[in-house]
Amino acid sequence: MLEAYDFDVVAAVESGPELTRALAELEPDVAVVDVRLPPSHTDEGLQCALAARRARPGMPVLVLSQHVEQLYARELLADRRGGVGYLLKDRVFDADQFIGAVRQVARGGTAMDPEVISQLLSRRARDEPMGGLTPRELEVIELMAQGRSNAAIAERMTVTERAVAKHTSNIFAKLGLPVSDDDNRRVLAVLAYLDRGAAA
Amino acid sequence: MNMTNIREAVVAAGRGFALALLGLIGSVVLLVLAVVSVALIPIGVGLFTTPPVLRLVRAHAARRRLLAAQWSGRRITAGHRPLPPGAAGLAGRCSLMLRDPATWRDLQWLLVDMSAGAALALLAPWLIVQGLFGVLLAAGLWSPVVAAEDPYWFLFVPVGGRGTAGLAGLLGLALLALAVKVNPALVRAHFRLTGAVLQPDREGRLEERIERLTESRHDALDTSAAELRRIERDLHDGAQARLVAMGMHLGTVEALIEKDPARARELIARARESSAEALTELRDLVRGIHPPVLAERGLGDAVRALALRLPVDAEVTVELSGRAEAPVESAAYFAVSEALANAVKHADADLIRVDLSHTGGSLRITVADDGRGGAVAGSRAGSGLAGTGLAGIERRLGTFDGVLAVSSPEGGPTMVSMEIPCELF
Repeated sequence: MLEAYDFDVVAAVESGPELTRALAELEPDVAVVDVRLPPSHTDEGLQCALAARRARPGMPVLVLSQHVEQLYARELLADRRGGVGYLLKDRVFDADQFIGAVRQVARGGTAMDPEVISQLLSRRARDEPMGGLTPRELEVIELMAQGRSNAAIAERMTVTERAVAKHTSNIFAKLGLPVSDDDNRRVLAVLAYLDRGAAA
Repeated sequence: MNMTNIREAVVAAGRGFALALLGLIGSVVLLVLAVVSVALIPIGVGLFTTPPVLRLVRAHAARRRLLAAQWSGRRITAGHRPLPPGAAGLAGRCSLMLRDPATWRDLQWLLVDMSAGAALALLAPWLIVQGLFGVLLAAGLWSPVVAAEDPYWFLFVPVGGRGTAGLAGLLGLALLALAVKVNPALVRAHFRLTGAVLQPDREGRLEERIERLTESRHDALDTSAAELRRIERDLHDGAQARLVAMGMHLGTVEALIEKDPARARELIARARESSAEALTELRDLVRGIHPPVLAERGLGDAVRALALRLPVDAEVTVELSGRAEAPVESAAYFAVSEALANAVKHADADLIRVDLSHTGGSLRITVADDGRGGAVAGSRAGSGLAGTGLAGIERRLGTFDGVLAVSSPEGGPTMVSMEIPCELF
């Protein structure tokens, strides 16, 4: 499927130790990893991915799983470097969304599963809205956390792209993020968003 | 012979005196009451009086167990069968209590306590009192005593004048010395005797254990059968139905793909939706059978992940050096899950604290919240709705010889403690 979308697949491995070796030797632009791998069939894939990112900070990794846990999402995001994705395996069905997420992660962005986000939101419902964001802005940042571009967000919310751009710059301002490369700020905003959810 | 020894001997004498009083008054009265009460059962009156009398006997024995633990560090297990609350009726309750071997042990103990037990206990104060009296005789008390009764027999010494009074004094000193030496041991001996009669013998203990095992095995089988039925139903109504729908959509697509591509595309989208729904349902089902995090990370992280899903703030502290066996982990996980769900549902809490640790060969878990309290462990305190969750936890843990304790005063806070004997690997 990735090849159908013009990716070069440099290696396809089947176990934790092989994965560690491939990540270290081939230094791929992005790795797509299953949480559960042989030989232990526990969270070996996740551990390999975290270890690889410790060895090569910011190495883009998209983690797939049959289930998503905030606990794992926090661990993936803990180094605050971006280039991280965490999706349910079901999302692969929607090829465009999945490929979008892979590209987003490869660029250094984040792609969190809507399930993680909704878990965070349900927890937050009773709390203060974070950093004084309006409901509209929260909706935008939620979509941003899923790894969508402004254009995609605009389409989803049926507003113009300009309106979304305005929301995002409001969000950046409210979260006190410095003016810099837009992509990087998006990552930081999402991290701030997820972090507060995790801390709540 | 130093001051502490002397103090200990005096304390032991005091305790011996108290024990003797308990035995000579409490045990005698209770034994008489019990015998009369049981004898009156044929004419009906006994049916009313026997249960309360036997309960008094139990309380009397329970006090002695407590004293045994406090005064000589001796643990005497009770092992009464639990009474079904209020259900059985008068005659039923009587016969239940009378058929409990522990009841007969209690009654037997009353007999021993009022005779040998009391005598043993009384020996300690007697040594001191007699010893002091002997010394007083030597010190001059002999003259009024001898004036009243000549010769006065102090034990085996006929006191008739200053010389024999001196002998009595020596004997008194010897008794006092003996008291210092043996008094604490006398009290210990009393409790050893109590333990020997009151504690179920090996056979009795085994019998009780078998009974408990049978009961918890029953519970475990019931629970797992109910679980399997639930899983079957969920699969049947959920994932299975979705897969059937998916197959039907795809079959229709096959027929339509050339005639009506637009409609076919719509059906393909529907099929994909069905598959996503089936996966979601399977995921929820799996979480209910054996949560993935538990399999992947063990109990500590599984509880952490659970806490993150709660709508209430929860702090989790884990001090585990390894993993327990899978069935124990699973039971502990679901017990915590149930306790947390209870706290969220009933307690109206702002903060829940979960502690997991492994000490003294047991996995210890506490779930504490700052909510409104008033929770009861179901199987003990009647069958209130609030208790059913806790009763479920108790059953789950019972399979592993685990125990549950709940402290939840009206107005809170609530603390649920669980203990499961197990090893970590």
